[in-house]
Amino acid sequence: MEVPILKQGAVLIATFQAALSDADLNHLRMGLVQQVVKFRSRAVIVDVTAMDVMDSFASRTLREIAHMIRLRGAETVIVGIQPEVAFAMVQLGLTLEGVATALDLEEGLAYLTQKFKNTD
Amino acid sequence: MSKRDSSSKDSGARNNPGVDLVRSEAPSELLRELVAHLRQNRTQLREEWVVRITETRLLTAMTKEEIFAEATSVYDSYVEALETEAFEALQAYARNLSERIIPRGVETHEVVGIVLLLRDVLARSLFAKYQTDFKKLNRILDAYEPAANRIANTVAVGFVQERERVIRQQQEAIRELSTPVLQVRERLLILPIIGVIDPQRARQLTEQLLRGIRTNRAKVVVIDITGVAAMDLTVANNLVQTVEASRLLGATVIVTGLSPEIAQTLVTIGVDLGKMNTVGDLQGGIEQAERLLGYKVEKLAEPR
Amino acid sequence: MVINSDQDIVTARQRGRALAIEVGFSTGDATLIATAISELARNIVSYARKGEISLKQVHASSRQGILIVASDDGPGIRDIRQAMRDGFSTSGSLGLGLPGVRRLMDEFEIASEPGRGTTVKVKKWKQ
Repeated sequence: MEVPILKQGAVLIATFQAALSDADLNHLRMGLVQQVVKFRSRAVIVDVTAMDVMDSFASRTLREIAHMIRLRGAETVIVGIQPEVAFAMVQLGLTLEGVATALDLEEGLAYLTQKFKNTD
Repeated sequence: MSKRDSSSKDSGARNNPGVDLVRSEAPSELLRELVAHLRQNRTQLREEWVVRITETRLLTAMTKEEIFAEATSVYDSYVEALETEAFEALQAYARNLSERIIPRGVETHEVVGIVLLLRDVLARSLFAKYQTDFKKLNRILDAYEPAANRIANTVAVGFVQERERVIRQQQEAIRELSTPVLQVRERLLILPIIGVIDPQRARQLTEQLLRGIRTNRAKVVVIDITGVAAMDLTVANNLVQTVEASRLLGATVIVTGLSPEIAQTLVTIGVDLGKMNTVGDLQGGIEQAERLLGYKVEKLAEPR
Repeated sequence: MVINSDQDIVTARQRGRALAIEVGFSTGDATLIATAISELARNIVSYARKGEISLKQVHASSRQGILIVASDDGPGIRDIRQAMRDGFSTSGSLGLGLPGVRRLMDEFEIASEPGRGTTVKVKKWKQ
């Protein structure tokens, strides 16, 4: 399953589907980093609204994405984690430490706009 | 009561046909005879039962008419269960009855009491009917007792289960009430926690807060634990998890009202307070929340 | 159902969620159950390559629940106590798998023999 990556100005938006396999996630990780380089994006928003399970592998992949993108000088925001999914994640000890989070896409964009304003 | 040699009953009848003719009656035939007797004397036995219920001061929360109406239904279901040896209808009735009488304050001992009274009333009538034929009386009682016990059991268990369900429901309602998620400003929620937190309540509280964050699009949450008397490792970990889960939804949590004693305990048992944003009291917490949200609160003038 | 690819992990947790909803669990609990299945299936794929997961509805007195059995005949676990400690991992994952699953579920049982394989049985009861 391909993850669509949308380019909106300096921001890349990747929208996850519900049933992503490990291979899909690995594929996405490579794809995102390449595109950040290609478009010289300042930030990446990963929208996980459709994901009904976030296990240790998915969570680790998100962290890796965020770290790799930071090495490219850009910022990552994870948006759309569902309340039930968040509850299951903290039970598992998965807290996405060091990665920015926001309620949804709108909030994620607002967060980045604010951030860009402060650094410009 | 007496437990007679039941295994020899069948084999005896099979080996010596004609010798012990009377003994060859199957228990189901005896039950049929019994059911016929109970149907014939329905009015009288039912009344006798109601009198006994009143005398024993059971079901005092109900009027005489109500008792009589319920007694009729129970009696008929009882006889039916004896006849068909199917307990589903009785079970359903027992649940339905319990549902109606539990809110009236009827206690478990009363329900068990009335069923045992009915068992007794019916046994007495059997004694009266078969007193001249002692052997037959014994066999009738042999057939009646296990069925009567199962019925008593079914009704009592039905009542207790219904009662437990009601209690669970009430606990749930109390819990809902005891953890209100309040919106005090746009994007700012307050969760005052009062009382004892067990793991179940902690979970419910977290789920409610997470849903609240989503529906109110909250950015900052103030959790006030001034009213929490004690905190052990489990509760503290739950609190940390609540903070972490809220952050996953993009909300910042400020914990207020952490008493010096609790803070000391948390440090001693090794809870990482660094993960928590703590402010002394609720007012301070709200002020900080407002700053985070970009509000600037100023007094316009001195109140007169 | 047989688990031997990462796609099977997704299928297993989807079935688990569907069964949990059918049994009457809340969506919150169904998410916990699906997450636990995901972790168990992932353990099979990353340590044993191939194994099985079975999902079953269970009853006890007045309670309804769900039973998940994950079994494989992979390399097994040498030190279960160590594996159950948070942060332990031999395949480079976060190593939160088993202790995490225990926290998500109500009952947890594990049997493993080095060289023979591992069986994990977990249950969750409806509140």
